[in-house]
Amino acid sequence: MSEVTTLSLTDLVQNIKEKKLSSHEVTKGFIDRSEKSKILNTYITEDFSSALEKAKSFDNKPNFDLKLPGIPIAVKDLFCTNGVKTTAGSKILNNFIPTYESTVTKNIWNEGGILLGKLNCDEFAMGSSNETSFFGNVQNPIDKNLVPGGSSGGSAAAIAGNLTPITIGTDTGGSIRQPASFTGTVGLKPTYGSCSRYGIVAFASSLDQAGPISKNVKDCALLQEIISTYDAKDSTSIEFKRKSYSKELTNNIKGKKIGIPKEYRVDGMPKEIEELWTKGIEYVKNCGAQIVDISLPHTNYALPAYYIVAPAEASSNLARYDGVKYGFRSKGENLIDMYEKTRSEGFGSEVQRRIMIGTYVLSSGYYDAYYLKAQKVRKLIKNDFDDAYKKVDAILTPSTPSSAFKIGEKTNDPVSMYLNDIFTVPVNLAGLPAISIPAGLDAKGYPLGLQIIGKAFDEQNILNIAYAMEEKIAFKNKITDWWIK
Amino acid sequence: MTIDLKTIKHISKLSRISVDDEKAKKLAGDLNSIFEFIKKLNELKTDNVEPLTSVAETTLKLRPDEVKSKNIREQILKNSPEENEDFFVVPRVIE
Repeated sequence: MSEVTTLSLTDLVQNIKEKKLSSHEVTKGFIDRSEKSKILNTYITEDFSSALEKAKSFDNKPNFDLKLPGIPIAVKDLFCTNGVKTTAGSKILNNFIPTYESTVTKNIWNEGGILLGKLNCDEFAMGSSNETSFFGNVQNPIDKNLVPGGSSGGSAAAIAGNLTPITIGTDTGGSIRQPASFTGTVGLKPTYGSCSRYGIVAFASSLDQAGPISKNVKDCALLQEIISTYDAKDSTSIEFKRKSYSKELTNNIKGKKIGIPKEYRVDGMPKEIEELWTKGIEYVKNCGAQIVDISLPHTNYALPAYYIVAPAEASSNLARYDGVKYGFRSKGENLIDMYEKTRSEGFGSEVQRRIMIGTYVLSSGYYDAYYLKAQKVRKLIKNDFDDAYKKVDAILTPSTPSSAFKIGEKTNDPVSMYLNDIFTVPVNLAGLPAISIPAGLDAKGYPLGLQIIGKAFDEQNILNIAYAMEEKIAFKNKITDWWIK
Repeated sequence: MTIDLKTIKHISKLSRISVDDEKAKKLAGDLNSIFEFIKKLNELKTDNVEPLTSVAETTLKLRPDEVKSKNIREQILKNSPEENEDFFVVPRVIE
């Protein structure tokens, strides 16, 4: 039964619970398709034989009360998995085998999920096209030589290509929502503090959040209710009443007030995106929601502030990679020489660039001019959202300023690559939840996404709006399986 | 302001990343274009704005300092590029 891979997570769970499919059949289905899809380069580490064994033992002693009964799941290679190599897409962690499990993945296995393998990503999640990975580019299943977006590019490509029924990524400035938009999939960046950061390779600790990437909104809601737990091991994990998002999911959004921020109408935005946004506005109106024009006046300052805050935190977090306790080590004449060569050979160029930016903005004499300034601007950006949420329940914007681009198209100009995240970055700076849903295709047949931004801890509301819109949009991805011979 | 090669060499020392002349030139170009872009923040007056250090508006919790993971020394050492009995090994630091 090869078509198991086309089923949604929700359908697979139901089929397994009704004993129409076994965990082994499902797991084998995804493994067979993954074997035929190596050219997409989605996996860094495959854990297939162990997955089949776990599936068999599930079938021998099934527990149908679990939310993910024997469901195979591949995850971004930024989550530490006990005993399974975790690289963060970097040469410097090329041989690192964690001795512990990230809380988010542990939550998934506790509900019956089975690890399929670890998915490709930009090195240390720094990138918007998956091209900074030490393990090579990922092909977007949408078209040959097209980037899947980043940094969770392997995760988004694996969902679009039906190589895993659901997956998780991480989002520091758009790394879940932008690849979801580029691959015609659904991606949720939860409220900061909602999902534990314990065991996730750190990039920028005040911005990083884990979240689901899925085929549809219902699957996304189901995984979110599983991975979102309070965790004492993450000092910024927040205790709040978490909902059963999938159970409470409704397409009734009558009377909801949806804000349309005029600052997101940026210069040079393709007409197709402008039209998609207008269509999106019509869809929510048809669902009975009310449109309110709003202003987020500091939007244009979000990206420059982000490129101070994120590299500063990264330069501090990545200081631990010194070739001593784990990972790659280069030979040096003395200790300092060993450090410098290890980091120069072990990190790729984008990571080195960001460490240098971060070190510079934190260095003596520049701290106030850059880091402190950026934190103040961050406050202004958060104030913008706080003001807007006095008038509206959620905000609707495009997810990205363009559709997916060709591999190599933007690698020579870091700033043009950074501009990919112009619509996603403000959300991270303000710590808010946001979801990207596929909303249409451009002239080339490439998917385009719309983003719904919510109030802090209001995941249920944006999931409901996404659910209602999904029904109206009835999006169909155009994937020809061109990579399967 | 432009970032010159001398500054790049200084940051590379602070970052513990060795940089040769060719790489320094490339980095100077990249960093200058990035800082040109970042300069936009100077348009904003922020004298009376409180800096936002964390969006998680909670006070950090205290917990007892207890050992939770036990007997994992071997596994930990296995990840080290070079170890000797119970220690991580680094190049000689004391002559």
